[in-house]
Amino acid sequence: MRRPRAPLFLKRGSYRKRRLRDAARMLPVLGVLLFLVPILWSPGDTTRPDTARDGIYLFAVWIGLVLVAALMAPGLAGESADDEGEER
Amino acid sequence: MPFNILVLSCLAYVACLFLVAFLAERRAAMGRIGWLRSPMIYTLSLSIYCTAWTFYGAVGYAARSGLEFVTIYLGPTLVFVGWWLLLRKLVVIGRQQRVTSIADLISSRFGKSNLLGVVVTLLAVVAATPYIALQLQSVTLSFGVFASETPEGWALPDRDSTAIWVAAGLALFTILFGTRNLDAKEQHHGVVLAIAVEAVVKLVALLAVGVFVVWGLAGGPAEMIERIDASPIADWELQPGRWAGLIFVSAAAVICLPRMFQVMIVEDGEERHMARASWAFPLYLLLMSLFIVPIAVMGLERMPAGSNPDMFMLTLPLSEGQGALAMLAFLGGFSSATSMVIVESIALATMVSNHVVMPIWLKLRPKAAISGDVRRIVILSRRLAIVAVLTLGYLYYRFSGGSAALAAIGLIAFVGMAQVLPVLVGGLYWRGATKVGAVAGLLTGFVVWAYTLYLPSFGPGAALSVAVFEQGPGGIGWLRPQALFGVEGMDPLLHALFWSMVLNTVAFCAVSLFTFPGPVERMQGAAFVNVFDAEAAGPQGWARGRAEPEALLVMTQRILGKEAALAVFAAEARGQGKEGYLPDATPDFVAGLERRLAGSVGAATAHAMISQIVGRATVSVEDLMAVANETAQIMEYSAELESQREELTRTARQLREANEKLTQLSVQKDAFLSQISHELRTPMTSIRAFSEILTEGDLPPEMVANYGRIIHEEAIRLTRLLDDLLDLSVLENGSVQLNLSLANLQQLIDRALASASHTRPERVFEIHRDLPSENLFVRTDADRLVQVFINLISNARKYCDSGAPELKITVRQRSGRVSVDFVDNGSGIPKQSQGIIFEKFARLTDQTRAGGAGLGLAICREVMANLGGTISYLPGQGGAAFRVTLPLRLDQKAA
Repeated sequence: MRRPRAPLFLKRGSYRKRRLRDAARMLPVLGVLLFLVPILWSPGDTTRPDTARDGIYLFAVWIGLVLVAALMAPGLAGESADDEGEER
Repeated sequence: MPFNILVLSCLAYVACLFLVAFLAERRAAMGRIGWLRSPMIYTLSLSIYCTAWTFYGAVGYAARSGLEFVTIYLGPTLVFVGWWLLLRKLVVIGRQQRVTSIADLISSRFGKSNLLGVVVTLLAVVAATPYIALQLQSVTLSFGVFASETPEGWALPDRDSTAIWVAAGLALFTILFGTRNLDAKEQHHGVVLAIAVEAVVKLVALLAVGVFVVWGLAGGPAEMIERIDASPIADWELQPGRWAGLIFVSAAAVICLPRMFQVMIVEDGEERHMARASWAFPLYLLLMSLFIVPIAVMGLERMPAGSNPDMFMLTLPLSEGQGALAMLAFLGGFSSATSMVIVESIALATMVSNHVVMPIWLKLRPKAAISGDVRRIVILSRRLAIVAVLTLGYLYYRFSGGSAALAAIGLIAFVGMAQVLPVLVGGLYWRGATKVGAVAGLLTGFVVWAYTLYLPSFGPGAALSVAVFEQGPGGIGWLRPQALFGVEGMDPLLHALFWSMVLNTVAFCAVSLFTFPGPVERMQGAAFVNVFDAEAAGPQGWARGRAEPEALLVMTQRILGKEAALAVFAAEARGQGKEGYLPDATPDFVAGLERRLAGSVGAATAHAMISQIVGRATVSVEDLMAVANETAQIMEYSAELESQREELTRTARQLREANEKLTQLSVQKDAFLSQISHELRTPMTSIRAFSEILTEGDLPPEMVANYGRIIHEEAIRLTRLLDDLLDLSVLENGSVQLNLSLANLQQLIDRALASASHTRPERVFEIHRDLPSENLFVRTDADRLVQVFINLISNARKYCDSGAPELKITVRQRSGRVSVDFVDNGSGIPKQSQGIIFEKFARLTDQTRAGGAGLGLAICREVMANLGGTISYLPGQGGAAFRVTLPLRLDQKAA
C-alpha cells in the first residue's frame, strides 16, 4: 500500500487554500512579535508618561489580529477534503 | 442597598440559571440540539477563562502594575488566532478519541496509562484549589463590600460562613447539572448554556461599568487618556521578562487549564466552532480588558487611599451612588466566579472519578466490570469529587487567610497547569515521546513548581520554614526555593516559571529519548501525531481477543444505560447485516466500543474494562507481531500467487511448445512412414514385376539372367535400406555397442577415402589434406567414425556440382576435442535447407540419386552423438562444409 504521491501542481483554488493555511500559521508569530514590541520601549527613558499610548498600541494590534483572524476563519473552516487534484 | 435584596437578587439570578440549564437539558433530551451547539454558544462558553480574577482582579492588577494585566489575555489571543497550529489538532483528536479531560488526553496518548492520568489529575487538583479558593474569596469580598455599605448597619455575619454558603450552592448546582447523565461523551448542554448566559452577563456588566467610568466620570475618551497619563498607574515600568513570561504562561494555561479544556475540547469541540472562536474569543477578551485601566485609574483617583483596588468594580459605582450599576457589576462578578467553579469542578470530578476512583474500584472488584453497577459508582464518585474539590477550595481559602492579592493566586495556578504543556505538545507532535518521559517531565515540573512557587505562596514560615528560604534546605544555598542554582534577583514568579518549564521539558525529552515505548503507546502515539492522516488509524489491539458480545452488552449497559447500549449494539448488528441486538465482536466493533466507553469513564478505565471481558489485560508485543505477521502473510501470499501465476504462464508456454513439437513429430512420423513405405515399395514393385515375368517362363536365357540380376540388385537395395533403418533405430535407442580402441586419425581418413572412392568412381577429386596435423591418436570406435567419414566423402562425391571438384579435409585439436572439417567447392547447401539435412529421408535433390534413402546424414548424426561428438554444417565456406567434432579420448561411460 504505497501512499499516492502528493501532486506537484495544485488547482488554483486548492493552492490559495494552502497559502491561507500558511497565513493562519504565520499569524500568531506576527502577533507574538507585535506584542513583544513594548519590551523595546521599556525603560522609562522618556520623561512623558506613555502608558495610554502603549495601551492604545496594544489594543490596536489586538483588534488587527482579531480582524485578520475573522477574515481567514471562513476559508479555514471549510472541509479540507477538496484540496487535492492536479492542475490541468 | 439592603443586603437582603442583594441576597434575593442573587438567588433569583441563580434560579434563572437553573431554569436556563433545565430548559436546555430538556431540549437536548428531546433531541432538538440545534443552536445549543452553535459557534456562538461555544465562544461564549469559552469565556470561563475570564473568572472573578478577571472581573475583580484585573482592575487591582492594573492599579498595581499598569498594563501588565493585559498579558493574561494576550496569550490566549495568540493561541486562538493561531488555532490552526495547535487547537485544531487538539479538537480533532479530542473528538476522535472521545477525550473526557486533559488527564484523559495525556493518559490516552501515552498508551492509556493510568499513572499519567493520576499525575495530571493530582497536578490539576493541586493547581485548581487556590483558584477555586480565589473565586470563593472574590464572591465573599463582594458580599463584604455591600455589607459594609449598608446604612442599616447590617453586618456580614461571618466571612467564612458566606464562603461556605457560596460553596454549597455551587456544589448543588454543579451536581444537579454536571452529573445528571453519563452520556457517551461528557457533554452538559444545560451547564454550557448557563455558562453562555453568564458570559453575556459579565461582559455586559463590565462594559456598563466601563462606559459609566469613561463617559460618566471621566467625560470622554480623550479626557480618559489624559487622566491615565496623570495617574500613578502611568509610572509602571514594563519588565521585559515578566511581560514575555506572562504572555507565555497565559497561552499555556488557556490550553491546559482543566476548565478550558472541558469547554474547548470535551463539551463541544468542533473545527467549525473553533474557526469562529478563533476571532470571536479574542474579541471577547479584548472587550473584557478594554475598560480595565480606566476603571483602575478612576478608582485610584476617586476612592480613598487604602481601599482594595480588587473591588473597584463594585466600590466605584457604589461611591458614585449608582446602586443598580453596582448590582449589575456584582452579578457580573458572581457570574464569573460561579461559572468558573462549576466547570472546573466538573472537569476535576471527571478526572478524579475516571483516573483515581474507577481504577481503584476496578482493582478492588475485578468482576464488577461486568456485573456491578458502574453507572452508579461513576456518578456517585463524581458527586463526591465535586464536593471534595469545593471543600478543598474552601479550606485553602480559610487557611490562606484570603488576604493575598487575587492576581498572584491566579498566576500560581496558571504556572502549575502550564506544566502539562510540554507533555501535551510533545505528545501531539513527537512520536518519540514516551510514557516514562511524560511522567518524568510532569513530576519534575510539579515538584519544581510546588517548591519554588506554590509552597512559598503560603508565606515564609508557613509551608517552608524561614531557614529554608534564606539558607536553602539543610543549608544548601543553591537549593533556596526562590534562588534555584544560585540565580538571584529574579522575579519569583518568573524564576519559578523558568526553572519549572526548563527542567520539565529537559526531563521529558531526555527520558523519552532513552526509554522505549510499549506497543499500545506506540499505536496511540501514531494515532495522535498523524491524526489528519486517514491511513494513520493503525491496527487496533483487539484483533486476537475473544469477546462474548453478550458480556460486552451487559457491561456497556452498566455504563451507558440500557437503551443507549442496546441502540449502539443494534446499530452495529444492522451494520453487520445481522438481526437482533448482538453483533459479532469484531475487532473494529470492540475498538469503537472502547472509544465510546472512554467518552464516559476515560480511556484508561475503558481499556481496562474491555480487557477484562476480552480476557487480556494488555496488548502484548506478540499480538502486534501477530497482526503484523498476518499482514506480512497476506502480502507474501499475494506475492506467491503472483509468482505462481508467472510459473503457470511459463508452464503453459512450455506445454504449448511441447504440443507444437509433438504435432510436428506426428507429422514427421507420418511423413516418415509414407516415405519408408515408398522407399520399400519401389524395389518391391520391380522385384514383383520381374519375378512374375520369370515365372511365366519361355524366356531367352540372357533375359532371365538380366532380370535375375535386377531382382538381385533391388533385393540388395532393400536389404541395405532395412540395414540402414535398423542401424538408425539401434543408434537412436542408444543401445549400440561401441568398440573403443586407439586409432590414428590419418589412417581412418585414408580408409574412408579409399572406401568412398567407389562412389561415382568416374569423378576425379582433388583431395587437400595436411597430413602432419592428422597424425594423432584418438580413442573412439574407429569403424563407426570411418562410416561417418565415408558418408561425408561420398556425399561430396555425389553432390559436388563443381567442374573441377575439390575436397579439403582439415583436422584441428583443441582442449581435448578433435574437429575434422570436410569442405568441397560445390555450390553448397541452400540456407533454408541447412536445418533439415540431418533429418531422416531428407534429400535435397533427386538428380544424382545413387540409391541412398536419405538416411546417411541422419545416421551420421546419431553415430556422432553416440561417440560423444557432433556433426554440423558449416555455412559460408565456399561449398558444402561439414564439421565433425569428437572427444580425443572417449570413456566407455560417457558413451
